[in-house]
Amino acid sequence: MKDKTDRGGPQVDSSRRKFIGVAAGVSAAMVAPGVILHSVSAAPRSEPVTSAVRWGLLVDTAKCADGCSACVDACNQENGLNLQDKPEGLSEPKWDSQKALWIRKIKLQDNQTGRITNLPMMCQHCEHPPCVDVCPTGASFKRADGIVMVDRHTCIGCRYCMIACPYKARSFIHHDTNDQLTRAPRGKGCVESCNLCVHRRDTGEDSTACVDACAAEGHHAIVFGDLKDPESRISQQLRDMPSRQVREDLALNTGVRYSGV
Amino acid sequence: MKRVVYREWRIAPGRYWSILGILAAVIAVAALAFGYMEHQGHWVTGMNNSVVWGTPHVFAVFLIISSSGALNIASIGSAFGKPIYKPLGRLSGLLAVALLMGGLLVLVTDLGRPERLIVAMTHYNFRSIFAWNIFLYTGFMGIVIAYLWTMADRQGEPFNRPVSILALVWRLALTTGTGSIFGFIVARQAYDAAILGPMFVAMSFAYGLAVFILVLMFSFADDDRPIGPKMLRRLKNLLALFVSIVLYFTLVYHLTNLYVAENNALEYWLLLGGGIYTFLFWIGWVLIGGLLPLGILYHPELGQDRRWIAGACAMVIVGGLATLYVVIIASQAFPIQMFPGSTILESGFLDGVNGQAAPYWPTIPEVLLGLGGVAVGLLITAVGVRVLQFLPESLADDLLPADEEQPTAPTAQPKPV
Repeated sequence: MKDKTDRGGPQVDSSRRKFIGVAAGVSAAMVAPGVILHSVSAAPRSEPVTSAVRWGLLVDTAKCADGCSACVDACNQENGLNLQDKPEGLSEPKWDSQKALWIRKIKLQDNQTGRITNLPMMCQHCEHPPCVDVCPTGASFKRADGIVMVDRHTCIGCRYCMIACPYKARSFIHHDTNDQLTRAPRGKGCVESCNLCVHRRDTGEDSTACVDACAAEGHHAIVFGDLKDPESRISQQLRDMPSRQVREDLALNTGVRYSGV
Repeated sequence: MKRVVYREWRIAPGRYWSILGILAAVIAVAALAFGYMEHQGHWVTGMNNSVVWGTPHVFAVFLIISSSGALNIASIGSAFGKPIYKPLGRLSGLLAVALLMGGLLVLVTDLGRPERLIVAMTHYNFRSIFAWNIFLYTGFMGIVIAYLWTMADRQGEPFNRPVSILALVWRLALTTGTGSIFGFIVARQAYDAAILGPMFVAMSFAYGLAVFILVLMFSFADDDRPIGPKMLRRLKNLLALFVSIVLYFTLVYHLTNLYVAENNALEYWLLLGGGIYTFLFWIGWVLIGGLLPLGILYHPELGQDRRWIAGACAMVIVGGLATLYVVIIASQAFPIQMFPGSTILESGFLDGVNGQAAPYWPTIPEVLLGLGGVAVGLLITAVGVRVLQFLPESLADDLLPADEEQPTAPTAQPKPV
């Protein structure tokens, strides 16, 4: 048996070691910035959603213009709803009743006074959403930041949430989907609805497609923001002007508020 | 008391296989309809984003509540201690399991993603009454199978009473739960009513018994087994009672709505201006499903005639389907009142412009799928009575057990069911 102190034997080739050392250093130098940059850009996505914020909308119906559909068009564009194809042989009126729509314009008239109001209607992102209560699998859920949405991996397409929603905010995908966007995946047989452009939350953008479009038209009828931040524009405006929730009697504490209804 | 003898259903093989063949053909067509709707998507149905539950749900709910109603006869025999009904207990239990199976199949094949049924069994949201119902339905099936064992096996006999009481409580919970699927919905004013729970229980009594009597009369007539006038009189009187309870709940439901101003528009629409729904309410629900069978069953002559009794049962079933069509579909077609006191002039999503109801018209595949569920229920029943001893040999008057339990036996207070 050799003694551990026995250093006899062939000479070690140190040039090979040097080469490996240099190669490792060069590789690390090349990969490291990528790793670091990647983790920097991924930061908002990897952070868990927090209940320190509650996202919401305020709609000033006085500024919502009759005949304008900028918010609807923008939503359709942003969330790939314009990519839905009418199945062959389906009539237009039936397609209108079956295709998915996340936001729509409603024009209503007060029976007593005749006053006409225009407003956009979408998922109201309730604090106590009936759609979440009734969903048998928990696919319909509310994020910590108040956004109500559907996990389309666990949605079985029972449509009970659509029965339960007081705002008729949800759509069922009745048809095959051929073309869709990565940020808004869509699958036949599942239910979906407005998610306050949730992909924009991941990248830290402080608006939604409908809000941007309304502003671009010069109407500024919709404000997006954090309802929990007293300094946010939405909170300030909610303090300044009278507003209400649609179906206030249901005590759902909606995240979307309306002024002038 | 004479011993009740149970025998397999011994009709001629040719006739038996033709019955099975017809039922299997209906099921095969329903399977094709399911495949078509599943492959194409729900756009080939009449359903849309406003009326999201259609004709398949009418059939499914009808079968599910009829299932619990069919168990009533067994409950009256053992839980309520009326030995005269005991010979019918086995068929009652079999029919309950069979109809439930048919109803559940329709329900799951109408899902948007039926292949994800496993998700519904691995992910639960216990705030959802749908999730509770998954347990109520599967539990019901298990309990009724145990109940059948206590009725058919001597070893199970000592457990008959406790299992029958458990089954009774469970079926009441199940039907109340089914009614509450609609009753808990605050969004739609036609649903949002606690009375729907007990009303569904009453409907299940009537529809389940109507199906039971028809199956009993058909299977007995085909096998030349006698049903005495005494048993038939009891069954038809019970059916008349249940039908009148349904009418009573219907009256209370609408009177309550009529009294409350916020529901006036709904009632006006449903009772007068709702087109097909108004027709189905008055002609289907009230007349064919209620007043006509009541008139027949209590008529001094027609009420004795077997063919008229069978006709009354068929009317209760047809009326029941109309009732559920109104309960399930009309309630969705009536626009959601988001802005009471206002009229919607324009909407991009069919929000009831000028109070207009949402469109829905059933398509053929939907109807075929629903009929497939009925056929599944009948097929299970037909196979069951053929291979096992479910049917008593005779229900002739002189062979029937006593009306009431003997005083020595522990008796429950006879209650009206």
